[in-house]
Amino acid sequence: MDIARYHVIHETRYDYESPVSLSRQLLHLTPRACPWQRSIAHEIVIAPTPGVDRVRVDSFGNPVRQFAIEAPHGSLLVRAESRIEVRSRRLDATAFAAPEWESVRDRLAYGVLPVELEASIYLFESPYTRVKREFAAYAAPSFTPGRPLLDAVRDLMQRVFRDFRYDAGATTVATPVLTVLEQRRGVCQDFAHLMISCLRSLGLSARYVSGYLLTRPPPGKPRLVGADASHAWLSVFCPDVSGGIWVDFDPTNNVLPDREHITVAWGRDFGDVSPLRGVILGGDAHQPEVAVTVLPYEEE
Amino acid sequence: MPRSLLANYPRQTDRFDEMLAENGQLRPSWKAFFDHLDSATPAQMRHQRDFVRRRILENGVTYNVYADPKGADRPWELDPLPLILSQQEWSGIAAAVTQRARLFNALLGDLYGEQRLLRDGNLPAALVYGHNGFLWPCQGMRPPDDIWLHLYAADLARSPDGQWWVIADRTQAPSGAGYALENRLIVSRLFPEKFRELGVRHLAGFFAALQEGLAHWASKDEDGGAPLVVLLTPGPYNETYFEHAYLARYLGYPLVEGQDLTVRDDRVYLKTLTGLRRVHAILRRLDDDFCDPLELRGDSALGVPGLLQAARAGTVLVANALGSGVLESAALPGFLPGICEKLLGESLAMPSVGTWWCGEPTALEFVIEHLDRLVIKGAYPSQRLEPVFGSELRGAARAEMIERLKARPTAYVAQELVRFSQAPSWSAPHERRLIPRGIALRVYVAATPQGYRVMPGGLTRVTSATQTRFISMQRGGSSKDAWVLSDEPAGAFSLIKPPIGRADLVRSGSNLSSRVVENLFWFGRYAERCEDMARLLRAGLSRLVDASADEDLAALRSAYETGRVLQLLPAVAGKTPGRREIETQLLTALCAPEWGDGLAGDIRRLLWVGAQVRERFSLDNWHALNRLQHQLQAYAKAKPSLGEAMSFIDQMLLASSALAGFAMDDMTRDDGWRFLIIGRRLERLVFLANAIAAFLRLDSARQPGCLEWLLELADSIITYRSRYMAQPELLPAIDLIVFDDANPHAVIFQVANLVRYVDRLQRELPHPGGESECQALRAALERLRQFDLHCSALRDPEACAACGNCPDLAELLDTIAQDASRLSDRLAMRYFTHVGDVGRPTLAA
Repeated sequence: MDIARYHVIHETRYDYESPVSLSRQLLHLTPRACPWQRSIAHEIVIAPTPGVDRVRVDSFGNPVRQFAIEAPHGSLLVRAESRIEVRSRRLDATAFAAPEWESVRDRLAYGVLPVELEASIYLFESPYTRVKREFAAYAAPSFTPGRPLLDAVRDLMQRVFRDFRYDAGATTVATPVLTVLEQRRGVCQDFAHLMISCLRSLGLSARYVSGYLLTRPPPGKPRLVGADASHAWLSVFCPDVSGGIWVDFDPTNNVLPDREHITVAWGRDFGDVSPLRGVILGGDAHQPEVAVTVLPYEEE
Repeated sequence: MPRSLLANYPRQTDRFDEMLAENGQLRPSWKAFFDHLDSATPAQMRHQRDFVRRRILENGVTYNVYADPKGADRPWELDPLPLILSQQEWSGIAAAVTQRARLFNALLGDLYGEQRLLRDGNLPAALVYGHNGFLWPCQGMRPPDDIWLHLYAADLARSPDGQWWVIADRTQAPSGAGYALENRLIVSRLFPEKFRELGVRHLAGFFAALQEGLAHWASKDEDGGAPLVVLLTPGPYNETYFEHAYLARYLGYPLVEGQDLTVRDDRVYLKTLTGLRRVHAILRRLDDDFCDPLELRGDSALGVPGLLQAARAGTVLVANALGSGVLESAALPGFLPGICEKLLGESLAMPSVGTWWCGEPTALEFVIEHLDRLVIKGAYPSQRLEPVFGSELRGAARAEMIERLKARPTAYVAQELVRFSQAPSWSAPHERRLIPRGIALRVYVAATPQGYRVMPGGLTRVTSATQTRFISMQRGGSSKDAWVLSDEPAGAFSLIKPPIGRADLVRSGSNLSSRVVENLFWFGRYAERCEDMARLLRAGLSRLVDASADEDLAALRSAYETGRVLQLLPAVAGKTPGRREIETQLLTALCAPEWGDGLAGDIRRLLWVGAQVRERFSLDNWHALNRLQHQLQAYAKAKPSLGEAMSFIDQMLLASSALAGFAMDDMTRDDGWRFLIIGRRLERLVFLANAIAAFLRLDSARQPGCLEWLLELADSIITYRSRYMAQPELLPAIDLIVFDDANPHAVIFQVANLVRYVDRLQRELPHPGGESECQALRAALERLRQFDLHCSALRDPEACAACGNCPDLAELLDTIAQDASRLSDRLAMRYFTHVGDVGRPTLAA
């Protein structure tokens, strides 16, 4: 079967210690349509019912839900539920043989026409990524002269996977990507930001992808509901005769995303596509409870 | 006849002189003004300089410099001599700068719209997508009539050949227009005849045009009422906060901080005392990425969550449009000639200073080759890179810079060095001498429905003596007024506006923000607290200065003991304190750091609160506050002498009575004023009630000579003497300072007035389900009125112990003080709850 179908439930719950008088939230929880991905059904349930509530598309083409609750409330529940179809997008081996990475870099430089405007969006520093010599230096062993772009990026991904340790306690959202490079640990967002910083520091275009990943329960054990999490990886721009393609890389798992990665949104970095970003008045200390379940149709 | 000022004025051939032509003759536009100067005596010149310095200090014109050890506020620097420009010269500048405003407006429309310039390669994507001033959430937004820039400023400099160049552009929230206005007010008063004779063009019309534009494009209410425009400031710590307050007052816009605004149902509201009031336009001095923590910088506590969505929905005008900071880039000018042709179909009227963006390989080569005569800057303001002069780079530093340029060429720009033109300034150390200083001119443009309009004049910035290559107010540069001459008589400007009708009449300050009201309340309390403390200290210190009689020592002790019970004075361990010890304690309470800076600390808090509501005070009121600040700086030191302390306290009380006078005579009786007065009365009541209660409990209360200081404390000694012509006695004294409702320093006067003002407040600002806030005080008032004044105990010390009435009075005063404190808390809960109510960002993955 070339097509996988999933039922994804992403539930976020805030229980505030004191009432919140005003809450505004910006959601990136609706999977965007892609050539390899189609939404069968999608719904976001919000409790309490918001006052202002609207849907729009952000500047990167992602669907956004934006709402405000202007009456005091003690808890907030946001439950996004999607049924989604993902087709395989495996590249054949020739994609990894050309073009050379330097030619891609030169193609993206200023003065070369036609301008690759879409790729240019993801070419520069952004709040969570840096363009610095340190990143270019880390990437250098993978980007040897004349090496095909995708082959070099795959090598870089393997090195990140090997050199860096997955450690949920090592970083927070505020940890600078340079610190991640130095201490060689982090989580999926850090690895995505790190690789993006490496590629942009070389003059290549890379974007941040947020989504979900199908996990496998331990052999013989049933799948636990809510045990998954949102995931992040990156996508690299590779020009071809018909303009260009974007190829995804997942440095956390050292794989090229295929039917087991569900794309929700992309942007320059995490900040552009945070699943839930908000501002509240009141509420005191609070930690959300987040539960994600990615359920293949055949297990339903 | 003294020597002409020209005799000592050095001529330089390598730069343009604004006053002198190449042949050494005065330029025609300067002749009349120069002759006037030349005829002035040294005394007149000194007077002019002093006048400027005094006005600046009194008006509190400041430019805050971060991390300045001398404190947050530094006086604005103004050179008395204006820069003079002929009408002909000005018309060229005006046309060029107006074109530039149109160009930048169109440029913003393209960048946040279809991005044709990027697609066609007219502008490198690096300068837009790589610029953190390009706000992605604003992509696709369109302001009314596609007006992005409402206020734009260009920094101009003149090269040796007389040509004007643009050296920088301010597209986000240009600063300095308010300083230009203030400079004008001072300098025009300095040379009133010349100002009139030369027909110097007025600035007021420009500000009226700005107001007209904002009112025109402000979003409208369904009922067609006048739009509410507010000026959004980052707050008193911003370097140009003075200007924000000044402009807000001049333009008649409420000065607001982010927390004063709230978004409900995609509309922006001002939190006022009377509830939420819709805001139709925001003139912002807050950088755009700080404006909305929801969609822009999440760490911004200064912004308004949801503002972007309101702007997107078109319910509020934000000027300048959010995202306009992207044009503030040192690299952009190099691309403007082509962009101007493409967007406007015109050639660029005024060139920018030569600029090479290193992101272009040929430019990078050129820059490396000609590094000696270039200055290197960051391409993006976020780099915070100090300009590096190529000529100063030697050896390894030079090689390292070239390495940096090559490693990340897109982040660097090289510009030609500008040799500023020069204009005459007064030389400070000399009696009578002009010295040339480099100048640059900041010119302002405002959008109006009839097109862009230029301020005829501007802010002239002057290089400091040591820094001649660039101009920075942060590094100690100075400023000048700019006079644009006109052949026509300088008439009043006329902007056709519909006359104000009855329906437009505004009576109440219904735009009072809760924050302003809270600050006014505390201003009242601190003003009174300073006064009370000063009176207490004076009562003690003055008894140290003269006399050595036992009577005085007893009075001194009773004053000290009362202050100690009130915890206003530090305690002396153990024995009964002597004169020496009391002196030490009093001086400690004046300004010692270990006593929380004492009175000086209270004055500082008063000034701080005053600064928060600066725009609510009249100019004269500001002057009084500023004088107080200067006195504080002059006197307050760790170990003042007795004489210094007395002199400082006298000054303090003088300033304090001026402030009280302004409050009573100078402010509109709106709710803001009412809160200020409530603050004063409350503070005075708590102080007096506590002090008199403490005094009555002292053994010395009935000793001869101990009452005088208490009457001084309540500022009632004169009244007492005129009534009784005798040594103070307890009964009449207490009658005067507790029960006499005609005495503004009596306890009963405070209670009665509080009841009156709070009742009025509650009638005007009814609160659902709220019972009266001052029931307790009303009851206290009743008890005071019914108090048995004929009690013999007050008259006869012997009967005191047996009577028991006096303890009753002390207890009653205790209760009143407690009720007053409780009232303060309740007012705060009811009316001030918004302050400090800052939204917190949340993130979940």
